[in-house]
Amino acid sequence: MAVIRWKPGFFGWHRDPFAEMHRLRREMDRIWDTSTRGIVSTVGVFPALNVSEDEDNLYVRAELPGVVPEEIEITTKENNLIIKGERKIATEGERVSYHRREREAGSFRRIISLPTRVDTEGVTAACKNGVLTVTLPRAAELKPRKIEVGST
Amino acid sequence: MAEKELQVREKQELQTDAEHTIPGVVFTPAVDIFESEEEITLLADMPGVPSDGVTIDLHNDELKVTGEVETQGSKNETYLLREYETGRFHCHFSVSDRIDQDRISASMKDGVLRLVLPKVEKAKPRKIEVKSE
Repeated sequence: MAVIRWKPGFFGWHRDPFAEMHRLRREMDRIWDTSTRGIVSTVGVFPALNVSEDEDNLYVRAELPGVVPEEIEITTKENNLIIKGERKIATEGERVSYHRREREAGSFRRIISLPTRVDTEGVTAACKNGVLTVTLPRAAELKPRKIEVGST
Repeated sequence: MAEKELQVREKQELQTDAEHTIPGVVFTPAVDIFESEEEITLLADMPGVPSDGVTIDLHNDELKVTGEVETQGSKNETYLLREYETGRFHCHFSVSDRIDQDRISASMKDGVLRLVLPKVEKAKPRKIEVKSE
């Protein structure tokens, strides 16, 4: 938790007096978010996925450490998303002896049906630090649209 | 060689008696440790950890590796499905061989840490000749 120095100003506060309350609330929300356990469910197929949404896009994320982006193939078909790929682990030479070997290599193929229609043309994927993020824009007709009320 | 299919493995939460000072879940990464005559190499799967998020501490033959993850996604996203959790990574090992601390090198690529611990000259194996009389 950040420690913020309190500075008395001209009216006693430099800051918005409610800012601290808001900050505390956000902090509580954050702690609550990280501590709500038991929501994690797997279906036994690699890779484990996290799917989230905001107003414009759906996001599908997977942790794929050591998988080079060239080895990942992403296909969308109607409202299904297929993530296919292979994790390769290079051999470390003949002369090494192992103390531990927990990392596994192999292929994977997973299909997930998306909860909404997406604009398949606009799907993008990026890999950063071993985390794959597939961004799927919602189909144009499904995007929330604000309707202006005109006056006559 | 038959192609092996990857199986889901639940992320292993760190088991420790000590209390964490920072809130959040801590995981132990899957690691490979192997040694050659010259060095010990450690590979750890730490997805989401940027190269500047890794801390390596070698003290009294105990090696501690910590990885701080970047948050995945922004605040205004709501989860529809959650099959994995994110959190820091931490692991520690005892290193028996003498390590040349000045030459330790670490690199991060696609979420995999590669840590090379070169052995000091003395610790390198010496071949002992058996003389026959």
